[in-house]
Amino acid sequence: MATALNKPDRTLDQRGLLCPLPVINTNKAIQELKPGQILEVLATDPGSKPDFDAWSKSRGHKILSVSQEQGPPKVFRFFIQRSG
Amino acid sequence: MVLATEQLQEAAKQGFKKKLVIVVSKGTIDMLYPAFVLATTAPAMGIEVDLYFTFWGLRVLTKKGVKSAKIGAVGNPGIPMPNLMGVLPGMTAMTTKMMKKRIEKYWPSVPDMIKMIKESGGRIHACSPTMGFMGVDEKDLIPEVDDIVGASTFLGWASDPEAITLFI
Repeated sequence: MATALNKPDRTLDQRGLLCPLPVINTNKAIQELKPGQILEVLATDPGSKPDFDAWSKSRGHKILSVSQEQGPPKVFRFFIQRSG
Repeated sequence: MVLATEQLQEAAKQGFKKKLVIVVSKGTIDMLYPAFVLATTAPAMGIEVDLYFTFWGLRVLTKKGVKSAKIGAVGNPGIPMPNLMGVLPGMTAMTTKMMKKRIEKYWPSVPDMIKMIKESGGRIHACSPTMGFMGVDEKDLIPEVDDIVGASTFLGWASDPEAITLFI
């Protein structure tokens, strides 16, 4: 698991963008990956955590981990696995 | 929130398609963006979108109006200045310029939001009676408009048990 998390197949930098753009762009980007591949997303929108959670549940993608880096601005780092 | 996503998953399992139906009745920036933000996000959540533009909302679907949405300085307590000052000449122009500058730093412009909604499969509808009494001709409409429909069509979408219907 740890190695998979360290090596995303792609990284999407959404720092500085506000809702709804990070979710829209992530939804687009994950469709370009193969099922099972991992997308890393960096976001600073303060609502990122619940928003990505709701989005991933509705689309069936799996959030493998979320970490917060202290800011300002606070950066959320998601590792999301594309559904099959 | 959790309940909503669970319902969404359940609906998806059963093959139902969730739908977001919004009546866009105002043409000012502060009333357009809430509708546009939901409408651009919905397809990413697997939700279909129908936007029904009526009254002042319809003006945004005209070639002239789509580029000139404003924000009023009068009767808008959120604007950081004494309300009475809003009646002075040029105040609406000033508040519009100020808000547009702030908003467009983060969000696409009004015409770009409409394009995004279309690109993600959303549908844009013009209200037929509003076309009549506002004197808007079909040729005045922007090409993103799917069709001109009335109350019965709207109620048809809103009657869908999977529809989320909002009036903004």
